[in-house]
Amino acid sequence: MMDITSFFTDYTLRTITLGTAVLGAICGMLGSFAVLRKQSLLGDAISHAALPGIALAFLFTGLKDSNVLLLGALVSGFIGTVWIRGIVTKTHLKTDTALGLILSLFFGFGELVLSYLKKQPDANQAGLDKYLFGQAATLVESDVNLMIIVTGISLVIMLLFWKEFKLLLFDKNYALTLGFNTRIIDGLISFFIVLAIVIGLQTVGVVLMSAMLLAPAAAARQWTNSLGVMVLLAAVFGAVAGVVGTGISASYNNLSTGPVIVLVASVFVGFSFVFSPSRGLLFKQIRLVRNRRDLHLKKTLQFMYSIVEKHDDISRPHAIRILNQFQGYSKGTLRQLEEKNWIEIKGDTWSLTTSGFHTAQNLYNNNVPQS
Amino acid sequence: MADKIAVAVDDLTVAYNYKPVLWDIDLSIPEGVLMAIVGPNGAGKSTLIKSILGIIDPIAGSVQIYDKPYHKQRHLVAYVPQKGSVDWDFPTTALDVVMMGTYGALGWIKRPGNKQKKQSLEALEKVGMLPFKNRQINQLSGGQQQRVFLARALVQNASIYFMDEPFQGVDATTEIAIINILKELRKAGKTVIVVHHDLQTVPEYFDWVTFLNVKHIATGPVKDIFNDDNLTKTYGINYKVAVQQ
Ligand SMILES: Nc1ncnc2c1ncn2[C@@H]1O[C@H](COP(=O)(O)OP(=O)(O)O)[C@@H](O)[C@H]1O
Ligand SMILES: [Mg+2]
Repeated sequence: MMDITSFFTDYTLRTITLGTAVLGAICGMLGSFAVLRKQSLLGDAISHAALPGIALAFLFTGLKDSNVLLLGALVSGFIGTVWIRGIVTKTHLKTDTALGLILSLFFGFGELVLSYLKKQPDANQAGLDKYLFGQAATLVESDVNLMIIVTGISLVIMLLFWKEFKLLLFDKNYALTLGFNTRIIDGLISFFIVLAIVIGLQTVGVVLMSAMLLAPAAAARQWTNSLGVMVLLAAVFGAVAGVVGTGISASYNNLSTGPVIVLVASVFVGFSFVFSPSRGLLFKQIRLVRNRRDLHLKKTLQFMYSIVEKHDDISRPHAIRILNQFQGYSKGTLRQLEEKNWIEIKGDTWSLTTSGFHTAQNLYNNNVPQS
Repeated sequence: MADKIAVAVDDLTVAYNYKPVLWDIDLSIPEGVLMAIVGPNGAGKSTLIKSILGIIDPIAGSVQIYDKPYHKQRHLVAYVPQKGSVDWDFPTTALDVVMMGTYGALGWIKRPGNKQKKQSLEALEKVGMLPFKNRQINQLSGGQQQRVFLARALVQNASIYFMDEPFQGVDATTEIAIINILKELRKAGKTVIVVHHDLQTVPEYFDWVTFLNVKHIATGPVKDIFNDDNLTKTYGINYKVAVQQ
């Protein structure tokens, strides 16, 4: 374990932490769009499609400069995206089929070129493997600067076209009828998603990149019903996952940073899916149980009402015995009904109170869905 | 009835894959009518509206809005898509959806301001949804969602309204509220074209009707053409069963 002071004094670690934080933020931001476009698989396809670009860029230039390699990744990632779109529009294949096809085709080709490079005698290719699972430790200041610039540009574009992005994500056909060129908006979103993926490859790697893109956004969606807040929250979750993940992996030597970051982000997702107040499983379950119990009470009340209704005097006592033919009534139900002041119990008789009578009377009306 | 033609469809043919969905449609809709488009499921009613609005490219044929192509006349046209065509779990509010109706007039990049907000609130008021303006759209009932869509179209302040099954999944109160708004639009001289499912209410709600089943069967005033003959041509010999549904 390393202590916390060296965390802040260690220059390399600071660079890496800043890099993963910025990367997490841009992935969360743009991942929100991918999630809302229901194109979760797209990120996976694009990141895998980027691999041959990296391998070919090295093959042709012989340079291991990350900017050159990432440019190659950008080109092949974008070609992959365009091909996916082409397959979907020009053939009868479904989107997921097209994604799977491009993913395996490009990834396979990338692996092929990589294995060819490995057989070369000069062995200069060592280090290309890091793009498979990522190696945050190789991040240097210029890489981080690139991330910051790309994040800045996508932030500006996002703010500029916020209205168009929202419109396209919610109702594409309507956007078309209003005269917006949806291909341009769509292309802009896709371009920035590809860009975010490419700059994350060195840190997180081809294989886990889509998780980095989707996890913060999926977690954020659970906590809010506003697009703006969702994007912001996703960026924060991404950044925190980056920082925490880097911290953890630096504390335990040899833990690779990329997978740890993705794991931290996945913990956010798990937590959000269970504990979010409005959409989480836990509160949903609690509400469900509460509603059921409520319904149970109301049913008993309604049954009592059906007995009382036949008499002129609503407060007239009836024997508890009568309820025996009503399934599901119990002493507990009676007590709760009494607590709500809907009935009065005297000895072995019960009677409806005025409030209980009115509640029962309005039960049916309340159950009609409001329009 | 004015004799100006609001919408003219000429030899329109549309196919998604190989099978033609609309075949050689000729259709003129005069200005100022409240018209129903009826036909069985899969007849191509939604497709017809989408091709008029330029959402789908036809294989052949043309569409004119007041004698000009659609892309020159967008500002005159408003659209209410089928409710099921969007994801109502999208993170946004009723007011925000209605504001989208102002985006077309705003154009690229420009943001909606106070003026647009005021217009949107007025439209929400008109459809009786003002109290729900800040409600998340996934917490609205089907009828309320439909009203929000209607308000979004009203904000466009168009001359021609295309609506795809605006009564789908709404309760009786909402249906009356919506039809009253449509009748008001017609009174204001607008042309309103509605894909409609319930044949029984056609004579009560609409003054014009188009029968469609892949081919165009008939268009005209309800009192002249809403008869057994056209219903049979559109729905087949058992159309009365279809009416019962
Ligand atoms: N996006 C699509 N791709 C392929 N076929 C479609 C598509 N949309 C509609 N169709 C087909 O076109 C036909 C007409 O559909 P539609 O216009 O929605 O009918 P309607 O609105 O009258 O029910 C149907 O057979 C439908 O299956
Ligand atoms: Mg339809």
